[in-house]
Amino acid sequence: MTDTMLNSNVAAIDRPVRRDIGIKRRYAAERRFRFYGIVAIAIGIFFLFALLFSVISNGYTAFWQTTIELPVKLDEKVIDPNNQRASNPNVLMTANYPVLVRNALAEKLGVPLTNRPAMRDVSKFVSDGVRNQLREMVVANPSLIGTTQTIPVLAGADIDSAFKGQFDLDVDEANRKVSDQQVAWMKTLSDEGVMKQEFNTGLFTYGASSRPETAGLGVALIGSLYMMLIVLALALPIGVAASIYLEEYARKSRLTDIIEVNINNLAAVPSIVFGLLGLAVFINLAGLPRSASLVGGLVLTLMTLPTIIIATRAALRAVPPSIRAAALGLGASKTQMVFHHVLPLAAPGILTGTIIGLAQALGETAPLLLIGMVAFVVGYPTTPMDPATALPVQIFMWANEAERAFVERTSGAIIVLLLFLAVMNIAAIILRRRVERRW
Amino acid sequence: MSVLLVLLIVLGIGFVGFFIGRRRAGAQDAGKVKVHSRAHYHGWWVFLVSVLPAVLFIAIWSAASSIYLERSAEASLPAQTAESVVASRSLALGMVQGIADGLDRLDPAEMQNLPQSYGELRSLLGSKGVALASEGQDYMIPIAQRWHSGAAVARTIGAGIAFALAIAGLIFGLSGIHPRARARNNVERVVLWGLLAASTIAILTTVGIVFSMLFQTINFFSVVSPWNFFFGTVWDPRFADAGAGATAGQFGLIPLLAGTLYIALVAMLFAVPVGLFAAIYMAEYASPKVRSIVKPLLEILAGIPTIVYGFFALVTVGPFLRDLSAAISGGPGFIMAQSVLTAGLVMGIMLIPFVSSLSDDIITAVPGTMRDGSLGLGATRSETVKRVILPAALPGIVGALLLTASRAIGETMIVVLAAGVAARLTVNPFEAMTTITVKIVNQLTGDLEFNSPQTLVAFALGITLFFLTLAMNIFALYIVRKYREQYE
Repeated sequence: MTDTMLNSNVAAIDRPVRRDIGIKRRYAAERRFRFYGIVAIAIGIFFLFALLFSVISNGYTAFWQTTIELPVKLDEKVIDPNNQRASNPNVLMTANYPVLVRNALAEKLGVPLTNRPAMRDVSKFVSDGVRNQLREMVVANPSLIGTTQTIPVLAGADIDSAFKGQFDLDVDEANRKVSDQQVAWMKTLSDEGVMKQEFNTGLFTYGASSRPETAGLGVALIGSLYMMLIVLALALPIGVAASIYLEEYARKSRLTDIIEVNINNLAAVPSIVFGLLGLAVFINLAGLPRSASLVGGLVLTLMTLPTIIIATRAALRAVPPSIRAAALGLGASKTQMVFHHVLPLAAPGILTGTIIGLAQALGETAPLLLIGMVAFVVGYPTTPMDPATALPVQIFMWANEAERAFVERTSGAIIVLLLFLAVMNIAAIILRRRVERRW
Repeated sequence: MSVLLVLLIVLGIGFVGFFIGRRRAGAQDAGKVKVHSRAHYHGWWVFLVSVLPAVLFIAIWSAASSIYLERSAEASLPAQTAESVVASRSLALGMVQGIADGLDRLDPAEMQNLPQSYGELRSLLGSKGVALASEGQDYMIPIAQRWHSGAAVARTIGAGIAFALAIAGLIFGLSGIHPRARARNNVERVVLWGLLAASTIAILTTVGIVFSMLFQTINFFSVVSPWNFFFGTVWDPRFADAGAGATAGQFGLIPLLAGTLYIALVAMLFAVPVGLFAAIYMAEYASPKVRSIVKPLLEILAGIPTIVYGFFALVTVGPFLRDLSAAISGGPGFIMAQSVLTAGLVMGIMLIPFVSSLSDDIITAVPGTMRDGSLGLGATRSETVKRVILPAALPGIVGALLLTASRAIGETMIVVLAAGVAARLTVNPFEAMTTITVKIVNQLTGDLEFNSPQTLVAFALGITLFFLTLAMNIFALYIVRKYREQYE
């Protein structure tokens, strides 16, 4: 009965056709929208991995260096033909050491010394850095002259690249940087176990060089270390002091308002402007030396200050007012309250902010270019007043070199830089997780 | 006696004062009178009164004496330097100062019979590791000698006065110790002044930035008219030989500004959709687990130094785009390895995390009630986002995008490596253009003569960049702040 009634009703009241509100279309739009979001995130993550992949695949080989163990006869006739070294120590400094290595290698490979084209290939086989290597050895211990020493010498940059398999050997011989003869030698030497790849300590110890195989990050690492120490020594106390004043003491006034706006703006000023400031004030006005890590440290300090101040103020604000009230209630003065109670509780947050600020400063390049840190510095800087470079600046300088071996070194240096940054950031995260207190 | 040694001795006197003061204050605390301050506050007060005046004096004295010495040396320079070998008085003064500084390394015997010809002196100092310019003149030596001995006298007098001040302060501080002395309040007042001084450094930095650039810019505009700078369409600074006086270069800002804005536009066109959609997905769709993985991953992009992006553009993206265009056209590629597109694309990658995390914050700040209301009325999530959340968050997002754009405009290392150095006006994104920041770096790296317009123009460019980004930042912060208040 109900059925019939219903049926009759349907027939009687002409029920309106359900209005098409486009559910399907709307759900499709919903799915599309969601898909766009996923695509956007995928793009971001893709580029992150593309960047890391590009750097690592180009750069991991930089941590190995091809060396050749050679018995080198330190021939007196070549080093000191007129036997003057007792009267004139300069003889040992200017002697033709590469010839010794070249001859030793030729002997090893069985190339006659009279075969000039082959000898040219032989001398390109080893790095010109042997000049310094042998000179240091002989000057330190002149009694070695006349003896035969087995020493590991660096392979030339092109040979190094070829040995690592970075050159396409199918290319016509005239169009590539290694000759077939050299490839054959590489094979014999490596079969003998004389030529092999070793961990590249030179990458971390050498200074600037126009030859990739003897170019290293030594000066840059020391320069960056000095700058980080200066930033830490200046930016941390000044930043903490400024934040304490603004957060704990300052009454709302026009001055504090200006300071606040100022700090927020300084955090967003392009870094290169700080370089101009450093050039005009520290170098031109105060007369500090160009290229010195002291100036770099000062510029980076000014850049890092806003970051540290913003982080410190957040950390101070996170300390609950009850702590302050309790300290004051027990008779502490305001200064005692801040320095004995609030500051220790805010310390982990301050430290986290400082590490992040330091990491930013470590990767900063542009302002350092303007204060002359783009310098060809061979010797280690002994004080912060000496010319130095910095890690990112060294990367910039190597990036402008054309040789294949420099691309490898640049990527290797980037890996070193990224590792430092990763360690700092992870330390900051762990510190935050470990010590952070929820009130 | 070097300034550093004097400072150390003054500090030493201060610490002696600290220990004596602390002990004396402790001895007075016999329990008869209620002491006002604990003993170490007395110690610190003695330290402060003996060290602070002396250090302040040293700072003022050394600055004043070096200015005085420089003035008197400048006055004794012979008048003909303008026409002589050395180009300018300031250069000659610099050489004299170089000699005077170098004389520090000589021992007394060598000072007695100082060679009076510049060549001999130069080789003598060269053997001590002091490098002097080759074009110095003999007349500089006596001036440098006077400078050197004057500096020594000034240092000795300064050190004497500084020690006297430190000891006077020490005695004054120690004599003021008695049980009711308000040592704590005194120390705290000094600490408060120290805190205030630290917080004004931020202002000093801004003032320093503006004034240092303003002075150089005014110098620049005395050579090149502002009209030619701001509205010139040709950038051709023509590096003249140092001191040759040829200054006929053209310094037109327009091509640089166009390149800067174009590259920033390309970067924003890439970063804004990607960053915004990523933020929307993370705020509205992603589960907490996905969010906790994806958000840090995207933030890694923000932590990578820009030089690394520059290298990525130079070695990977640029050649890739060039080869890609060559494969498409079948002939030579129409995209250059250094181009607006390369620089913009890589800069866009760098900006993704800025856009996404700033917008994420703003989207999550939209009150949940608005979201629930919309969903309850039957809207789908995407409709809620498009019709309710984005309009509500719009001012904040605009502010965030302005902040991001100002970062794009001020970015240096990516464009230095990826955008090229040719200053030209073009609308083709496949060609190289250059930016303000690239030209600042170009004009200021390498050997430079400080007063040529070729160098000074960098400061004019810098101040333009500074005010451009400052305006954007202030406007953005204003919008963001205003928007935040709306929902709080």
